[in-house]
Amino acid sequence: MASVAEDHGHGDMVVHVHHQFENIDQQNESYIVGMWCFLVTEIMFFGALFIMYILYRWNYQQDFYGAHLELSQPFHMFGLQEFPIWGSINTTALLISSFTMVMAVRAAQLRQKMVVLKNLGVTCVLATLFLVIKFTFEWPPKFQHHLVPGPNFHPHAEVLHGAAPRASEIFFSLYFAMTGLHAIHIIAGIGVIGALMFLWNKGATSVTEDYVPTEMIGLYWHFVDLVWIFLFPLFYLIPA
Amino acid sequence: MGNYPMAPPQASNFAFEHDLIFYSLVVLTVIFTVIVGAFVLFFAFRYRQGNQVNRSRPFHEHLPLEITWSVIPLLLGLVMFFLGAKLFVNMRVPPKDAMEIFVIGKQWMWHIQHSNGVRENNTLHVPVGRPVKLTMISQDVIHAFYIPAFRVQYHVVPGRYTMEWFTATKPGEYHLFCGMYCGTQHSEMVGTVVAMEPKEYAKWLANGGNTAVPMSMEQAGAKAFSVRGCNNCHTGSDTERAPSLYGLFGKTRKFTDGSSAIADGAYIRESIFNPYNRVTQGYSYQTMPAYAGQLSEEEVLDMIAYIKTLGSPASAATNAPATGVMGGGVNPPKTPAVGAMGARESAAQPRTNLAVGALSRQNGEGR
Amino acid sequence: MSAPAIEASELTAPHEEQKNYLNADHTVASWLLTGDHKRIAIMYLISVSFFFMIGGIFAGLIRLELISPTGVLLESETYNKIFSAHGIVMIFLFLVPSIPAVFGNFLLPIMIGARDLAFPRMNLASLYVYWLGGGLITLGLLTGGVDSGWTFYTPYSSLYSNSQVSLVIIGIFFAGFSSIMTGLNFIVTVHKMRAPGMTWFRLPLFVWSMYATSVVMLLGTPVIAITLLLVFAERTLHLGVFSPELGGDPVLFQHLFWFYSHPAVYIMILPSFGVISELMANFSRKRVFGYHFVAFSSLAIAGLGFLVWGHHMFVSSQSMYQGVVFSLVSFLVAVPSAVKVFNWTATMYKGHIRLQTPMIYAIGFIGLFTVGGLTGLFLACMGTDVHLTNTYFIVAHFHYVMVGGAMMGFLGALHFWWPKMTGHMYNDTWGKFNALLVFIGFNLTFFPQFIVGFLGMPRRYHYYYIAPEFTPYHIMSSAGASALAVGLIVPAFYLVSSLRGKRKASANPWGAHGLEWQTASPPITLNFVETPIVTDEVYDFSHMDEYEQRRGTAEMTHPGEGLQQDKNLDIVGTKEDK
Repeated sequence: MASVAEDHGHGDMVVHVHHQFENIDQQNESYIVGMWCFLVTEIMFFGALFIMYILYRWNYQQDFYGAHLELSQPFHMFGLQEFPIWGSINTTALLISSFTMVMAVRAAQLRQKMVVLKNLGVTCVLATLFLVIKFTFEWPPKFQHHLVPGPNFHPHAEVLHGAAPRASEIFFSLYFAMTGLHAIHIIAGIGVIGALMFLWNKGATSVTEDYVPTEMIGLYWHFVDLVWIFLFPLFYLIPA
Repeated sequence: MGNYPMAPPQASNFAFEHDLIFYSLVVLTVIFTVIVGAFVLFFAFRYRQGNQVNRSRPFHEHLPLEITWSVIPLLLGLVMFFLGAKLFVNMRVPPKDAMEIFVIGKQWMWHIQHSNGVRENNTLHVPVGRPVKLTMISQDVIHAFYIPAFRVQYHVVPGRYTMEWFTATKPGEYHLFCGMYCGTQHSEMVGTVVAMEPKEYAKWLANGGNTAVPMSMEQAGAKAFSVRGCNNCHTGSDTERAPSLYGLFGKTRKFTDGSSAIADGAYIRESIFNPYNRVTQGYSYQTMPAYAGQLSEEEVLDMIAYIKTLGSPASAATNAPATGVMGGGVNPPKTPAVGAMGARESAAQPRTNLAVGALSRQNGEGR
Repeated sequence: MSAPAIEASELTAPHEEQKNYLNADHTVASWLLTGDHKRIAIMYLISVSFFFMIGGIFAGLIRLELISPTGVLLESETYNKIFSAHGIVMIFLFLVPSIPAVFGNFLLPIMIGARDLAFPRMNLASLYVYWLGGGLITLGLLTGGVDSGWTFYTPYSSLYSNSQVSLVIIGIFFAGFSSIMTGLNFIVTVHKMRAPGMTWFRLPLFVWSMYATSVVMLLGTPVIAITLLLVFAERTLHLGVFSPELGGDPVLFQHLFWFYSHPAVYIMILPSFGVISELMANFSRKRVFGYHFVAFSSLAIAGLGFLVWGHHMFVSSQSMYQGVVFSLVSFLVAVPSAVKVFNWTATMYKGHIRLQTPMIYAIGFIGLFTVGGLTGLFLACMGTDVHLTNTYFIVAHFHYVMVGGAMMGFLGALHFWWPKMTGHMYNDTWGKFNALLVFIGFNLTFFPQFIVGFLGMPRRYHYYYIAPEFTPYHIMSSAGASALAVGLIVPAFYLVSSLRGKRKASANPWGAHGLEWQTASPPITLNFVETPIVTDEVYDFSHMDEYEQRRGTAEMTHPGEGLQQDKNLDIVGTKEDK
């Protein structure tokens, strides 16, 4: 793509403006509008799944309660019997990562390269932690208990906690579909944050002199977090 | 056939109201299309480039005009919406006294159960003048139970009961289609809806789904014997044209070539299909036509059973089969559900059904 | 790749062949790696034409098979695969991308005075994703085909069909992403890339319709993507959310499917509305009547389009009350549609109408779309929908809208902007004759289907021997299809042969109004030498040079004459010459 380095009178700021844009402001505004449009698409993408969840939760209320207990772990504190320990740790991890992302964007606006890199690094580590917990402590037990939908779905009665097998299969179908899709977004997020860190580290003017790319990736990351904020109570915290 | 209809028959309580709305919409469509078309063509002609006409003061915005042509379609639309919704609500709320019939759809047939246990496939018998409520479910994929003449259709969904109701108003036979694409033989998931007078329907239901009391093989054979005209030549005694068949079964027959055989079932079958293989002594070569390919094995078995009875005391009862039988050369339908019909019903059978049967068979052979 | 700089020689040496986007670079890589929206549009044009041809061949086979009540040469299974392939190819690979990806891509930046779309690389990516989707679908069709219809109703598609549903669904998934990328690009471009002076209400109506289309693409396509993905998961992993055997709800699939697929109808027809608005204004040489109403009716249709999906499901066991609401909203869609038709008609009043090829298509469009739209009322009306749904009436209705509407718009656009895109004029007499043939052939093909549908002929039927009274209508329809086929093949010849012809098009061969006619034909790579500044109103013919207007007529009637002087007069992307 043709990129023309131009000085558009922003003082010492020398940023790539792509050939199709008149100036840096137009380019940045286009990025922002584009990012929000993309997020709208993502909302519709997840939205269809949330609609399905609502319908089946409505149809199988007791069964969803029973099936969701399998996502919790024994926990004998604060008068509780069971608590979704891993899910809570993951939620906390993502919330903190959102905070560090905000700090990274702030630092990008102030052009503090090392602060940006540190905060983005923490974000990446927390995202990786999220995935590690999901893929070692959360999903494997479901495989062991034959809770994965499909021909191998024949769980023992005690892991269903009184839920009907058919309805639990739907619950776990939605669980794997929605958290799986979310995990794909986390992986993509780690990818773009990594790329962003690479550019910052290299000192590419497209990011160091212009905070908008960093802010856009931050926007995406907040969206991914926000989806989890909805997924967590819907799957882990179903009231009886 | 021969004349091609422009509209399906009106045969249910919904048909008239439906067609009233339909034709109102047709009129609306024609009026608007003609108005728009006429203006477009008129303008295209009158204001064509180079035509010297008054073009002064053209206007580009005209609020009253915009409001007019927004509001008029809106009002017309609301009227049509109201009429359509009213009919639809009526279609979805069956009367309490409706007679219930159960429909099961599966790839690729309709299975129907009447309340007294009578079952039929791909045919639905209903009484005229009485609300009928169909409770429907599918065993596999989604189907749709569609009777154009009744203007009713509803999906038949796996895992849940759906409903449609109607009151047939005109006796006759109507198409039954599967409306929802359901796989390879979707277009053959078709059948017939038979609307009958209530009395006939009651009789039909009482007879376990047969239009007449079932016939024995002998009775069926006697009927075929007469329908095919066998009795014209093979009478009570030997004639010049043909030997009598009374007391034939089990006797020894002598043939023109000097051989002989005992007249058993196999011999009778051969004599019907290929009479020239062995010709009875005293008769000429080509008197009787060969019936190979014209009679079904079923009919031949019935005839053998009938011939067995000739010459025995039972023959007196079945000797004179019903007269006045029409429609020679027509095979009885294969499906017993439609009825192993008596002579009376056969005469009353509408032509279309026979033609459809023939076509369907032809097609079946083609594939 | 690099953006070719605009050389000064272009302006100083008018008699040499000018540099334009087509001859700027001749390598294959310069096409496959281009960011130029015009080159991408040309590649899209070739691709959608290819798939249109494939879909057309399937249509021909369907019509051939239905001549006889007992079929002509196909097995039922093959027939089912062919009508499914026809629907899938025509909808996902032709109708949805046709006008937006070809003409929207080519014209939208030029019309608003931009050098390119906001995200050229994403634009190129959308083409590759489209090719990937098209390739997967083609692969699926070649390796056994798919027999579930383009609607993929569960549980047939998920558990019962033994065909290549999975592969084709993934193909559609990718094709969907292609249209999301296109839509996103358009929205950003319209919002942020307009030239100075190009206010929202100076936008050509084609841009308005593209904007409305993009909104629908952005909001609707993700839903079908995830839905089809779950059907895929149900087929391969038994992730049962749509099959009653697995506890799922088959009607939920229909809701999600039509939530996209009804708005998708507007993805197909709204761009055509935009094209027809352009044609009506430029060939009547008059501002579109009620510009604001036409512009906002596009948005109204796009908005209402998301609230009517349930009218596909009146008899599918959704609640009666749901049905009533959906029916009411469906009737409301008739209002903005009617507003458009009436405004186009009024545009012709006191115009200077030139009946050239694109205008014949536009007039044909109005006739066919009026019938197509009004027959939609039969299906929005619940009482009649019960009888007419799933029959040939519905087939006729949506072909009047999709073929009579979207395809006529596509052909009109092709004939209108062909000289701009290629720099060559085609034979107008051939074009006019052919437009008439398409119109007649189309009506002969699809009008009998209204009658046979009213009689009760269900759609997707291979045999109809049980009802031989349907035969004559099918024969008429097949005869019309032959005429229509000729009408669709002929343009390929005269358009392609025009590329070798000597009749070069000037910058503004029609004497039309709009920024795209102020740059050269074909345009230079960056569209304009310098960013235009818009000072006149949209479709303002009153200020156009009288010579310009007459030249538009002369160009078509006396090709070649006056071209020499045109060359000097051509204004290659300067400010408005007012």
